[in-house]
Order: sequence, then structure tokens, then C-alpha cells
Amino acid sequence: MKPTRITNAIRALRFANNEMTQAELAERVGVTRQTIIAIEQGKYSPSLEVAFLIARALGVRLDDVFQYPDSSDGDEERT
Amino acid sequence: MTLTEKRAWCLLLATLGAYTWYVVTVLSRVSGGAVQETPYATTLLVSLGASVAVNIGAEIVLSILNPRGARRKDERDRTIDRLGDQVGQAFVIIGGVAALLMALAQWHWFWIANVIYLGFALSAVLSCIAKIIMNHAAIPNP
Repeated sequence: MKPTRITNAIRALRFANNEMTQAELAERVGVTRQTIIAIEQGKYSPSLEVAFLIARALGVRLDDVFQYPDSSDGDEERT
Repeated sequence: MTLTEKRAWCLLLATLGAYTWYVVTVLSRVSGGAVQETPYATTLLVSLGASVAVNIGAEIVLSILNPRGARRKDERDRTIDRLGDQVGQAFVIIGGVAALLMALAQWHWFWIANVIYLGFALSAVLSCIAKIIMNHAAIPNP
């Protein structure tokens, strides 16, 4: 079950960053390795603060790490 | 396995062990008469006390074995704790309301004490199961 439509490129970005391990990323962000694993697998949506910390640790912008599909992809725009 | 999950396993096993011991002990004393005449109060208190003591002991052992992990508790752990506790709270309320209704109906205190204890045990068990599941499955978004 994936509770969110948010996707992420953490795995690819980790490998682009000298093959950074999940443990290293977790250490830099200040969360547990299990949390990084859950975020990577789309099983957990992090807070905005942790999302920014992940982007900073990976040296990219927030929307390079996390993506949200356009409303035209099947979901009606909410008002 | 995260520290949250280890703690949940410890509390789950301590609660199940203590409650099972209590039920088996009390039922073994039931003779031909009414069940509510069976001595249960000391056994219940020992069972509750043992459950709490074992859980505290397990927490101390976990902290000694994993001092760094014991300090770290991130936002996901806190979310799992909160959602798991919400699952368990329902059974404390159900047990309390049931005990209130039984008292109003003047049931024997044996049944009132036991329904409260059952509510506590169910609350702890289901809360722990929810936490263990959420450690492996997806966590629902608020």
C-alpha cells in the first residue's frame, strides 16, 4: 500500500552522490535508516522540514527530489 | 528493526505473558461454585506488576544494548507511536464504559475488575500490534 502520490528520486540521487548509503543520508538528515527506507519506498511522506533536509543533504532542490503528478493525470483538481 | 518496534515487541510479549498467566492461574482455582467467588485480587496485582516490571527491565536492557539508538527517535517513530496509541485508547474507553455500566447494574466486583484488566490488556496488545505493522507497512497520511 502506498499512502501517497508523491514520488521521489532519492535512490537515484544517492547513487549520483558518490553512492551515498541510506545510513549516511539518515545520519546527515537526522533520522533513522528505516525512515529513509520507508520514504524511498513511498511508504512514508516526510514532513516538509525533513524533505528540505533530504534535498540539502543530496545537494539538489526540493522538487528534484520529490515530485507530485499533475492534476491532469487523472485526479480532479481540489478546491 | 527500529527501537520503536523493539519496544512494541517487549510490551506485547510482557502483556501477553502476564495476562495469560493471570487467566490460567485464576481459572485453575475455579471449583464447583460461582466463578466470582474465586480468589483473584492478588494474582491480578502480581500480573499487572510483573508486566510493568518486565517492560521497564526490557527498556533498560534495550537502552544499554543500543545507547545511540535509544536517544534517536525521529518524526516517523513519533507518528507510529501516536497512531498506535490511538488504536489502543479505544479499548481503554470500551473497558471503562463497560465497567461503569456493570457497576450501575450492580454486577459482582470480580467481573468489573476483570473487564477493566481485559481492557488494559487489549489496549496494550492491539496498540503494539498496530505499531509493529506500521513499522513495516505504509503509514496513513493525516
